[in-house]
Amino acid sequence: MIFLKSSISTRWFWAPSAAPSSAAVSLPDSCEEELLIRPLHSGDIYASFQFRTLWDTDFLHQGKKVSHYRLFPKSLGQVLSKFSVRELHISFTQGYWRTMQWGQPIVPSPPGAELWVWFHNTVADVDGNWKELTNVLSGIFCASLNFIDSTNTVQPSASFKPLGLGNATDHRFLRYATLPREIVCTENLTPWKKLLPCGSKAGLAVLMKSEKLFHSSFHSQAVHIRPVCKDWQCSSTAWELRQTLNVVFDLYTSGQGKKEWSLFKMFSRTLTEACPLASSSKVYVDVTDNPEGELFDLSPATSVLNTAVVLGDRRTYSVYDLTQKETFGQLRSLNLVLRWKGESDMLRPLLHAERYVAGFGLQTGEIHTLIYNNHPYRAFPVLLLDSVPWYLRLYIHTLTVTSKTRENKPSYIHYQPSKDRLRPHLLEMLVQLPPHSVTEVTVQFERALLKWTEYTPDPNHGFYVGSSVISALVPSVVAMDTNNTQERPLFSSFFPTKEESSYFVRVYTEPLLVNLPTPDFSMPYNVICLTCTVVAVGYGSFYNLLTRTFQVEEPSQPLAKRLANVIRRIRGVPLL
Amino acid sequence: MAAIETEKQRGRYAALAIAAVVIVLGIPLWWKTTETYRAWLPFSQINELDSLQLQLSVEVEVVLSRGTLSPEQQKKVPLSQTREQEHQIDAKTVLRYRYETKYRTATIMEEDALNQPSAQEADLSLHMLSESACGSVVVYIIPETSTLLPADVKVYVGQRRTALLRAALFEGTAGLKEVLSTLEPQVKQVVDTMSFSHQDILAALSDRIRVGQVSKESLADSMRAIKSSPGYEITFSLLNPDPKSHSLHWDIEGAVNSYIQPLLDKLNPIANFSVDSQILYYAVLGVNPRFDNSVSAYTLNADSLAHVINPVEARLGSNAASSNPVLNFLLYVPDAQHSPLFIRDHSKREIPSNAFHSPRWGGIMVYNVNDMYGPEAEFPVDINISMSKVMGVFLAQLRLMLGVQKTQPPPGFVLQSAGSEGLADWELDRLMWSRSVENIATASTTITSLAQLLDQISNIVINDNIAQQVSSAVTSLQAAVAELEAGNLAFALQYSREAILASERAFFDPSLLHLLYFPDDQKFAIYIPLFLPMCVPIVLSLLKIANEIRQRRADKLAKKD
Repeated sequence: MIFLKSSISTRWFWAPSAAPSSAAVSLPDSCEEELLIRPLHSGDIYASFQFRTLWDTDFLHQGKKVSHYRLFPKSLGQVLSKFSVRELHISFTQGYWRTMQWGQPIVPSPPGAELWVWFHNTVADVDGNWKELTNVLSGIFCASLNFIDSTNTVQPSASFKPLGLGNATDHRFLRYATLPREIVCTENLTPWKKLLPCGSKAGLAVLMKSEKLFHSSFHSQAVHIRPVCKDWQCSSTAWELRQTLNVVFDLYTSGQGKKEWSLFKMFSRTLTEACPLASSSKVYVDVTDNPEGELFDLSPATSVLNTAVVLGDRRTYSVYDLTQKETFGQLRSLNLVLRWKGESDMLRPLLHAERYVAGFGLQTGEIHTLIYNNHPYRAFPVLLLDSVPWYLRLYIHTLTVTSKTRENKPSYIHYQPSKDRLRPHLLEMLVQLPPHSVTEVTVQFERALLKWTEYTPDPNHGFYVGSSVISALVPSVVAMDTNNTQERPLFSSFFPTKEESSYFVRVYTEPLLVNLPTPDFSMPYNVICLTCTVVAVGYGSFYNLLTRTFQVEEPSQPLAKRLANVIRRIRGVPLL
Repeated sequence: MAAIETEKQRGRYAALAIAAVVIVLGIPLWWKTTETYRAWLPFSQINELDSLQLQLSVEVEVVLSRGTLSPEQQKKVPLSQTREQEHQIDAKTVLRYRYETKYRTATIMEEDALNQPSAQEADLSLHMLSESACGSVVVYIIPETSTLLPADVKVYVGQRRTALLRAALFEGTAGLKEVLSTLEPQVKQVVDTMSFSHQDILAALSDRIRVGQVSKESLADSMRAIKSSPGYEITFSLLNPDPKSHSLHWDIEGAVNSYIQPLLDKLNPIANFSVDSQILYYAVLGVNPRFDNSVSAYTLNADSLAHVINPVEARLGSNAASSNPVLNFLLYVPDAQHSPLFIRDHSKREIPSNAFHSPRWGGIMVYNVNDMYGPEAEFPVDINISMSKVMGVFLAQLRLMLGVQKTQPPPGFVLQSAGSEGLADWELDRLMWSRSVENIATASTTITSLAQLLDQISNIVINDNIAQQVSSAVTSLQAAVAELEAGNLAFALQYSREAILASERAFFDPSLLHLLYFPDDQKFAIYIPLFLPMCVPIVLSLLKIANEIRQRRADKLAKKD
């Protein structure tokens, strides 16, 4: 088997495509696009799009305003400079990523909407900026981000470190919020596509037809903006805008149960050209488990293979370069076809987690979080972040962390209690996971009674609690590539790697759906009527008592005597 | 019997006491606790503003140079005259123009300046001598024999606020009065050109008054110009529908700095401007241009231009960072298959600029690049866009959008073309006059309608901050009107901008909407179960007491009889 580097490794990735004429000036911005297709062991298929725009400019420069845009979208650039944003990560996800079936995702994201932003440390009023920023982003992405307020915003102290340049450690400038209930649909995809330089007119983006993308088990789209190094010396910075879209197509609903996939079947389109603005445009197919072609057939076949270290694993990819004419063959169109032949087992992911609510009744309950370390012999620490709304009152003294039936004392706990109607609970812990173990974190809570205007329109559906976030440096089997500026596939360079022996993973648990005691909503009127009646009755008798005149009455005959007299009258006997 | 009577009396007192407690304590308490908070608003001052009485004062300085007056006449100068004009526009709008004309003789330095070889140099050196106030006009009267102006030119209007007027030499016998009265119509003509005209002011008031009163041209001008606002966003977009064939480069940053920025700096007193640009790929026009065999080019007809903008606008994106109105300028480079593309007017002629504008929205220019490369060129072709050609068109459109009208000079007038700023001082003054009047009219309309609304719907909560905004808008408005009256144009504009800001902020405050829709029937549904059982016994016993008293009086009367 031959492993070939698909492209010349000495060309740095920010270099613009070689201009055809020497007169062309070197442009300060460039973009790349790529699609990764990974056949999953369940028979499902995972498609991950990444689009990256790099711009050699400085939004945070004082005085000089950046106002002339080429590839970078103007709307986002204006947001960055107006609100002094240092780093912005926003994701919209429909469905839950099933780590045990599908392995680790390339870009993790929780169900619903997630937004986390690092502000520049010159910002005086971070909360004001955050509020305005969420409103503006809500307009840009047609999403309900305007519902982000102080009751669902937290400032994690350790879990969300900047992914770009700069060692910001002061978490006063960080804001994190999730909206687990947010429903993602076409109206969110359209503005997202509009941010791409080629729109959905050319390149990989032509595959994004919403009726197919949303007919899937999992759909996640995200925008990540961060400053990155411009060159390997890191003498100056560039801004990176990374747009990712991840889809898992279901074997049974989209594939009609047949184990055969093709681009046309997945997206109802085929590829015909690269985006002319992109300096690189590639399709990668993960063929690691298929070295001899025993698992599936891939056509058209390509001899170009690439290896990359992704999530602690060395993987092999077939590469289709869309900027080359040969890729499209005689039909002038590329339709990748995957035919399954056999079955195989997947390595269990080293880290995964799940969460549920236990307990009965509507007064108290217990949140259980289970974190699995499937590494056979290595223990490693994880950071667990829980942000729980104020109406679930956590009893922090009941917090227990157990692994292998023994208590496992967290080495770091950051807990910020909630304030009613003001801020949520924030719980962050550093827990050491013993090898091959399940660690259970439990905490009890009490359900608060809400004011009647605070209930959602369908309160009996329940209230969502956002996913827990588990961030960990997982020991790697193979040496990780720490040179972040070297050219490699986009999907392998999302999380910066600092050391060779471990890789960074973020795992999101399921969001919780908790029932709160729900009143009958005609109650206020009933209560008003009832109390008014009680008051009126009390008042009436009091009034009577005060204003009536009391007279001494002649004592009347006792009842027995009167009855006797009635009988006597009937009998004609003289009365008593 | 007496005991029963006292008992009855006690009952009566108790009923009366309860009624008194309910009336004195209960009703005010209920009133106070259910009342909506309504801060005090200066209604009377707002009502005064409703009828707009504007007085616009212009200072005119007429400088008589040597050779225009006889020595006896010169002795009586300086003197000043005031001319007033009043226009009753409608029942609520009165415009008064007041021209304060000061006559004086030229100083020696000014005489030197007027002896420069050309009018342009004279204008510059006169400007160096003294800075005239914003909104004022200085007219220099030069003798017939002066060589400053060509023979057929009577009046020269400079780049600043000065004009040169050539006048015949006056006979020594005539009194100064007659001299000035012969001079006056000519000075008036100059002032009308350099300062506001009645039509401009009417056009600025077009929202308030009936359309018929405004002349068609100035109405069209004012409808084309974007509404007065404290700030504007100007966005230049390069539309490249075919990045596969054309790789376009435009030096927008340099072009903005050299063409647009000087004008915007000059216009700084009127509004804040921010300029940005973007390149949109695969952006297409809304209509398919038709191929015309006769010229072997694609053409867009004037009547299809209306459909061009909509699909493009979806891509333009609104400004995320501010809510100021946006002026869009689009440069469209047609794709290789549809080149060249020409715009034709209603009479089917090609428009030389190949551009058009949409009132209050912006402009679109089509830039053909097909002749910049041959058929053997390798795609994508690198093309540098000539920014001077593009910016010339956009600058003209921008001036129209901002309401900088081209002045039509009367015969015999020469207007000095403005320098790099593209705008003479007196042109800026004209704009400032009409913008101040427009701002004052808009702000007073906003404030009066807000006051009307608050007056009509008594459920609306008026917070302190709204009251504060309203009263600051009212004070700024009053200050603006007073400054106009005093002739301080710069301050008037400043205050009118503050007024418009404060009035808009008060009008669109979200807190005004909170309690708007709480219906009265629901209120009664809540109150009736409480009030009915409480009030019935009180009312009944009060009636009973009243009856008894009447009965007793009748008895007494009967006894007396």
